[in-house]
Amino acid sequence: MNLETIVKYLDIKCKCCWEKLEREVTGGYAGDLLSDVMGNSNSGNIWVTRQVHQNIVAVAALKEHAGIIIVHGAVPAKETIDKAEKEGIPIMVSEKPEFEVVGKIYHLMHYE
Amino acid sequence: MIIETSPGDDYLECRYSVQGRDFVEAGVVSYLIKKALKHRNISESIIRKVAVVTFEVELNIISYAYEGVIECYVMPDAIIIEAKDHGVGIEDIELAQVEGYSTADESIREMGFGAGMGLANIKKFSDVFEILSEPGKGTYVKSLIRLKDI
Amino acid sequence: MNLADIRDLLEAEIIVGEDKLDIEITTAFGADLMSDVLAFAHSGCLLITGLSNPQTIRTAYALDIAAIVICRGKNLSPKFIEVAKELGIPILLTKYIMFETSGRLFQQGLKGCIREVCLDNRDVSGR
Repeated sequence: MNLETIVKYLDIKCKCCWEKLEREVTGGYAGDLLSDVMGNSNSGNIWVTRQVHQNIVAVAALKEHAGIIIVHGAVPAKETIDKAEKEGIPIMVSEKPEFEVVGKIYHLMHYE
Repeated sequence: MIIETSPGDDYLECRYSVQGRDFVEAGVVSYLIKKALKHRNISESIIRKVAVVTFEVELNIISYAYEGVIECYVMPDAIIIEAKDHGVGIEDIELAQVEGYSTADESIREMGFGAGMGLANIKKFSDVFEILSEPGKGTYVKSLIRLKDI
Repeated sequence: MNLADIRDLLEAEIIVGEDKLDIEITTAFGADLMSDVLAFAHSGCLLITGLSNPQTIRTAYALDIAAIVICRGKNLSPKFIEVAKELGIPILLTKYIMFETSGRLFQQGLKGCIREVCLDNRDVSGR
């Protein structure tokens, strides 16, 4: 399953690095504490968070995440998008709560 | 923490002190005020708003000030929460009220705070909201929440 | 579903609230940032978080959240457990990560919630 499938299924917007949406997704990680995400997430994960500052790009790049979905209608800072473009990390946004976004991705991963 | 409380039938006044950087105690004032309100004839949704507003002002003092005081006045038709602190103050008050704008450092974020929602949240739950700040001196926040006719 | 069902689904340990397992849950909110919980969570929901500080419990108390699931199998401090008992909020501890926890619960029909409060003091449920 790749990012594009998730974007279509969730009907969410991608803010940058659209050419990377063909990336395969190995699993998901949800969380807002950077030290936790750095310690426990895996390469190829789609990361669901409400954090918007540019540090999330550094973390995603370090852990080789497939992409980041920002939830709760939070708006990524301009610096975050700029940095994501440099690092090649797609940033997607959703107005919906984490629980629903994760629930749907989980469903897609296990049942479709 | 509790400086004084003056309970009456129609009126309650409480004052609490808050220490800067005392994150372990974050939310204690919110808890105490909510506990005090539960025994009064006030709707649950109003109590929740008071608890959230108090939590947010408390967090701001802890995150950004040296120390501060929170006062809560319960009257028949409204509840007022006032927070005054001595601290660095706010450089740009308009910007500080924008949802998502934050000057929190990494240590604050790692504790689950600092998403920049605090003042926006207080405004959202208040019927009247006032904020004054002097950089280098401190900040004053007032929130008034009207009580429904019961 | 109730807390006993949630315990079974998440293979969770009940840390506080053995006497409250019949509490019914219909909505859940997942977050590590308490600012978002304060802004958006519904009263009566299940809070899913990896943040195992006393502040988490006080946040839940402010909003009348029904129970908290601490994910990622954290070690809970005595202070955390003490505050949970004092505030009377059930705590479940699961080894699953938030993604797995939210995923499983969503499959069972729990709904997400994100709250708006209108200026005339009415809560608007769900979105």
